[in-house]
Amino acid sequence: MHMADALLSPAVGGAMCAVSASTVAYCSRRIRNEADDRRVPLMGVLGAFLFAAQMINFSIPGTGSSGHLGGGLLLAILLGPHAAFLVMASVLIVQALFFADGGLLALGCNIFNLGFFPAFVGYPLYRWIAGASPGSTRATAAALVAAIVSLQLGALAVVLETVASGISALPFSTFTLFMLPIHFAIGIVEGVVTATVVTFVRTTRPGILPDAAPAGRSVAGTAVAFLAVALVLGGVGAWFASKNPDGLEWSVAQASADSETESPSTSIHARLDHWQREIALLPHYRFRDEGAAAPPPQTMARAEERLGTSVAGVVGGAMTLLFAVLIGFALKARAGRR
Amino acid sequence: MSTPAVLASLLDFRRLDLLATGESALHRLDARAKVVTTLVFVVCVMSFGRHTVAPLLPFFVFPIAIIGAAGLPARLIWRKIVLVLPIALLIGLPNALFDREALLDVGGVGVSGGWISMLSIVLRAMLAAAASIVLVAITGFPAICGALERIGMPRPLAVQLLFLYRYLAVLGEEAMRMATAHELRSSGQPMSIRLYGALIGRLLLRTWDRAERIYLAMCARGFTGDFRTGQSSRFGWPEIAYVAGWCGLFLLLRMQDVTHWLGAATLGALR
Repeated sequence: MHMADALLSPAVGGAMCAVSASTVAYCSRRIRNEADDRRVPLMGVLGAFLFAAQMINFSIPGTGSSGHLGGGLLLAILLGPHAAFLVMASVLIVQALFFADGGLLALGCNIFNLGFFPAFVGYPLYRWIAGASPGSTRATAAALVAAIVSLQLGALAVVLETVASGISALPFSTFTLFMLPIHFAIGIVEGVVTATVVTFVRTTRPGILPDAAPAGRSVAGTAVAFLAVALVLGGVGAWFASKNPDGLEWSVAQASADSETESPSTSIHARLDHWQREIALLPHYRFRDEGAAAPPPQTMARAEERLGTSVAGVVGGAMTLLFAVLIGFALKARAGRR
Repeated sequence: MSTPAVLASLLDFRRLDLLATGESALHRLDARAKVVTTLVFVVCVMSFGRHTVAPLLPFFVFPIAIIGAAGLPARLIWRKIVLVLPIALLIGLPNALFDREALLDVGGVGVSGGWISMLSIVLRAMLAAAASIVLVAITGFPAICGALERIGMPRPLAVQLLFLYRYLAVLGEEAMRMATAHELRSSGQPMSIRLYGALIGRLLLRTWDRAERIYLAMCARGFTGDFRTGQSSRFGWPEIAYVAGWCGLFLLLRMQDVTHWLGAATLGALR
């Protein structure tokens, strides 16, 4: 359930990057204050472990499909929420860079959806249900609830981020009804797997699991505070996304409007405008005008304009790609000569 | 993922990683310049509206030019980009189904806004993937971490990323050996969750022991919780030119529909 760059507007992506960056800063300060050198390599290697664990698949009974570990909750149980969040962030950064999972702009969203919820909502919930020294059943139940809640919140966050960005045409309700049940099932699997691994570790080498001190108020408090910040920032982002296409687009529109008024009529702009109007009359391409037999002249002019844009778009697109490839070859040839 | 797929992705990871050892002028640039340029690129591409297709195309010049100038193997990069296509199609398909307002009529066949926006999503996904893969290929992961840290990423995350990167292949191979061992002994039976739990638990314990050994070895060499990379690169005129040149081009392509100009000019010339 990686959020993808392709579905994201810069406003929402930027807002979520700010949220995740501040959470990273906060967790880093906590880790630094703990001043336990031993954890530094442990966290790093556990991040690599998570990668490795995700490479092995298990079969999900009764469905014929297979799944793998998400791991956020397991990391939080092993390392505590702050370290777990940093490890998840590092795993997601490597996935974005090397495997193009999600993307760079979407990193903020992904770190928040897949790192924040298991560490700061799921984990406190786990500790609260599991108590000080849980039996196997209670620990499983706790992991199940924590994993389901984290994944539901993560899935909901994906829906909100997608809808606020406005790139996908999926309506909010349809997307929610699609995402939440799927992630409920994934949550059950994740909970069962997490509980199985934790039980295995507890029976094989109990010393690894951290002392079962009940989740402090600080964690829950932090979770609530960050959630509030996220909601505020998300709200601002959504407002931007809906009022204007987005901040950048708006400023770009302003800038280009200024430059266009200044261009003299004899310039290349005017000539291109002329061509554009001519090709807009090409026979095989036309806008559908269902319902309206004779659209008002203004609409027609706009339709023609857009039509010209689309034909020229196809031709220009082919030309652009050709140019790009030629530039690539030329540069390669030059690089090869040196 | 089946074992061959895991092997392929591990190999791809290594190959991509090795590309960063190249010696081109682009490789030598300060990593900060490359990171900032890539971020500006991604933001510019993603800031287009839902139905934008043609104006996205000129942006391909950035990854293609870098592949050419840095002498990267185009086929490997292309394969990595193509890997994101199924996901891009999956997340773009709902647009085709939900956004049915006809925008364009090509030779009597109506094309709905949904298909156009789906195409737009696929192009965005390809550009985003190309940007990050090319960045890694000409910069290398440790240098990217260093750049991010100098831009403001907290030190613990930078150290965490370097550790993760260093042990990724080691643990990946360990997991693969486990998966192979299971495959050889299970005569094709799929892995149950219980077995998976035990396997992953065992891997976890091994990882834990490894971390302990690494820690002791690093302590013996004077480890104080930080990595010292010893890299010193400067943000000089080549870097300024690189950032300013590309970002200027991105803004131009963002503000002016160059594709349309080019298309109109070509059609005009053909008349």
